[in-house]
Amino acid sequence: MRSSWQYSNIIQQLTTINPYKSHICCCLYRQKVEFNYSICAFLFCRNTTKIQPAGSQLARVLSILHFFNLIGSPKGPTQKMNLFQSITSALDNTLASDPTAVIFGEDVAFGGVFRCTVGLRDKYGKDRVFNTPLCEQGIVGFGIGVAVAGATAIAEIQFADYIFPAFDQIVNEAAKYRYRSGNLFDCGNLTIRAPWGCVGHGALYHSQSPEAFFAHCPGLKIVIPRGPIQAKGLLLSCIADKNPCIFFEPKILYRAAVEQVPEEPYTIPLSQAEILQEGSDVTLVSWGTQIHVLKEVASMAQEKLGVSCEVIDLQTILPWDIETVCKSVVKTGRLLISHEAPVTGGFAAEISSTVQEECFLNLEAPISRVCGYDTPFPHIFEPFYTPDKWKCFEAIKKMINY
Amino acid sequence: MKTMLAIISNALCRMTGRNAGARVVVSRSFADFTPQATFDIKKCDLHRLEEGPPVKAELTREQGLQYYRTMQTVRRMELKADQLYKQKIIRGFCHLYDGQEACAAGIEAAINPSDHLITAYRAHGYTYTRGVSVKEILAELTGRRGGVAKGKGGSMHMYAPHFYGGNGIVGAQVPLGAGIALACQYQGNNQVCVTLYGDGAANQGQLFESYNMAALWKLPCIFICENNKYGMGTSVERAAASTDYYKRGDFIPGLRVDGMDVLCVREATQFAADHCRAGKGPIIMELQTYRYHGHSMSDPGVSYRTREEIQEVRSKSDPISMLKERMLSHNMASVEEFKEIDIEIRKQVEEATQFATSDPEPPLEELCNHIFSKNPPLEVRGTSPWSKLKSVS
Ligand SMILES: Cc1ncc(C[n+]2csc(CCOP(=O)(O)OP(=O)(O)O)c2C)c(N)n1
Ligand SMILES: [Mg+2]
Repeated sequence: MRSSWQYSNIIQQLTTINPYKSHICCCLYRQKVEFNYSICAFLFCRNTTKIQPAGSQLARVLSILHFFNLIGSPKGPTQKMNLFQSITSALDNTLASDPTAVIFGEDVAFGGVFRCTVGLRDKYGKDRVFNTPLCEQGIVGFGIGVAVAGATAIAEIQFADYIFPAFDQIVNEAAKYRYRSGNLFDCGNLTIRAPWGCVGHGALYHSQSPEAFFAHCPGLKIVIPRGPIQAKGLLLSCIADKNPCIFFEPKILYRAAVEQVPEEPYTIPLSQAEILQEGSDVTLVSWGTQIHVLKEVASMAQEKLGVSCEVIDLQTILPWDIETVCKSVVKTGRLLISHEAPVTGGFAAEISSTVQEECFLNLEAPISRVCGYDTPFPHIFEPFYTPDKWKCFEAIKKMINY
Repeated sequence: MKTMLAIISNALCRMTGRNAGARVVVSRSFADFTPQATFDIKKCDLHRLEEGPPVKAELTREQGLQYYRTMQTVRRMELKADQLYKQKIIRGFCHLYDGQEACAAGIEAAINPSDHLITAYRAHGYTYTRGVSVKEILAELTGRRGGVAKGKGGSMHMYAPHFYGGNGIVGAQVPLGAGIALACQYQGNNQVCVTLYGDGAANQGQLFESYNMAALWKLPCIFICENNKYGMGTSVERAAASTDYYKRGDFIPGLRVDGMDVLCVREATQFAADHCRAGKGPIIMELQTYRYHGHSMSDPGVSYRTREEIQEVRSKSDPISMLKERMLSHNMASVEEFKEIDIEIRKQVEEATQFATSDPEPPLEELCNHIFSKNPPLEVRGTSPWSKLKSVS
């Protein structure tokens, strides 16, 4: 185990590289140390040897650079797209550039239930974009086979709620292939897409957020975008990534979210959270749809309570960006995590536990989880069930007054 | 719990054609009508069977009127649901059954209320034939307290005694059906389980696991594939290597049945039930039928099939018109009589709608009930650490 002086040493070495100055209070290994250091606020967590740039300014600069097409992103025109169109655009780019890529799933040749694959069959042919029968276990197992043989397999499961017949194929076959074959085989070429989350009236089987089930499974990557720009970049990263990825798409945003999305392919790194708004009092963490709720909550907290919130979009659920979250909590001393899935065993529990281990002495209040009730996803009680802004706002008040 | 007796007796009426509440005003006396007639029905295609169901079916006037009433009620109820959906009174997912009425009515006419039935999410018709009132079905659709699942289920989730739903995950109900049949066999009660699924569901792996178990243990299970030609937007040819659904149990005998003719369905189901009750094990029935509406309310239903196709079925093989014409041509009932029945049904559906739109929503406590069995009462964790609710039943 490294001692704290070792950390400060490393940080000092790193700070010399950087021209930018910022002031951050950082706790490393149970000891509060103040550092004056620079933009690439590299953070080291106790059990992590990997060094990752995760500073908030860095993230912001990165996203600005992204926006101006400076890093790993395309030069060229953007187009107004909603979330489903940005997914189509990513798939279009993939089919165009990767001759081995195939897309399959229930009704995808006609564009799919949510129109994500509209036009692709006509453009690339029916042998590359095709309908499967109604058989989720088969779809995923088939996808693993396609991927292990070297092609790029993009499978659509019509709703995340219907992924469970394929649970075995995902958890036992896809996730463990590399490990159990001693790295001889893998299905890194497999990406599974599925519409995810509540829609307002989806009831029990069209609303679930099953990410936590899969987060218990080493070998998988799980990614959830919050809007069109992220959706395209993250999906392209999943497709390129050499691990089986599950890409959950917040279906309520398919049409609701519209952004200027680059037409050319670009990627957004996996396992990197994004700080959407900096703040000093409370860290708010979520992903997908709930990020938009938290952004609103952050404004409410500022306006009504004078509380400054830092909003973090986790983006990748597994493996998740511990550094960015811990670093933020070190700064704010408070953490609220929110997701639609039921609270017990939800991914918030994992985040909470990790942060507690890493940042124990920094915490000013117990970590708050504002999540779905421990009930099946209800039909008419949905507005009551979901962790809306008022519930999150209440939680912030409690944390501040703790 | 609603009175189970009422539901069972409703189902009894719907099965036997004896309707206690029939108040039919007719201009002629009953004596003028033919009390009973025999009709030629389409021969079933057979798989691994020497003999099939009869090619003639007897129909009494009473039965005919009852089947008509059942099918017409389902039709009117579905059209009302369509309307309520368009008015945004019903929300969420809603799958209508119009076009397929002969299946539900014919099956129910051939089994006993004490037999068992399980289906997928296109469940409104069966919920009705299994004895639930239109009122409770519509109130479930609108998410009200008086709904058959207390307003907690919605379109896909409706249940009644001996009717196991109402299942949202395609194909998942089929192994359950085989299990119910095992229970029947074990209890030696001579009951059968009718296990329904669609042509799309027929491609799920679970079905083949169920077929095998059912055949291995000779379970009294009637597997019924309601082949309405499409699974969502996918036509059967595009989804199935063999569209002979009645043969897909391989080692299990099968029947292909005209699912638009209530008499055909009744005779075939009777045959299948006898087969099961005789201890010969499971049997598969493919009912060739058609859904008039799109898959669900968000599907206009005309992008993957033509309007002409729908029109053709409506005009040539509508199950309700077919029965009506048969009865009229044999002087088993009069046009006025059918009109009277239609008016009566319309009224009943209107009253049910009134209830379904005025009944209150279930109280919030219901959110947390029925998660676990009620002993001991449990606290349900929710949204935030301090918001706990009690689950009391
Ligand atoms: C496991 C699963 N996969 C997908 C769905 C989405 N889905 C609902 S119904 C349906 C089509 C089923 O078609 P079919 O079995 O023919 O029944 P029909 O709708 O024609 O009555 C699909 C794909 C689902 N509910 N469950
Ligand atoms: Mg079908």
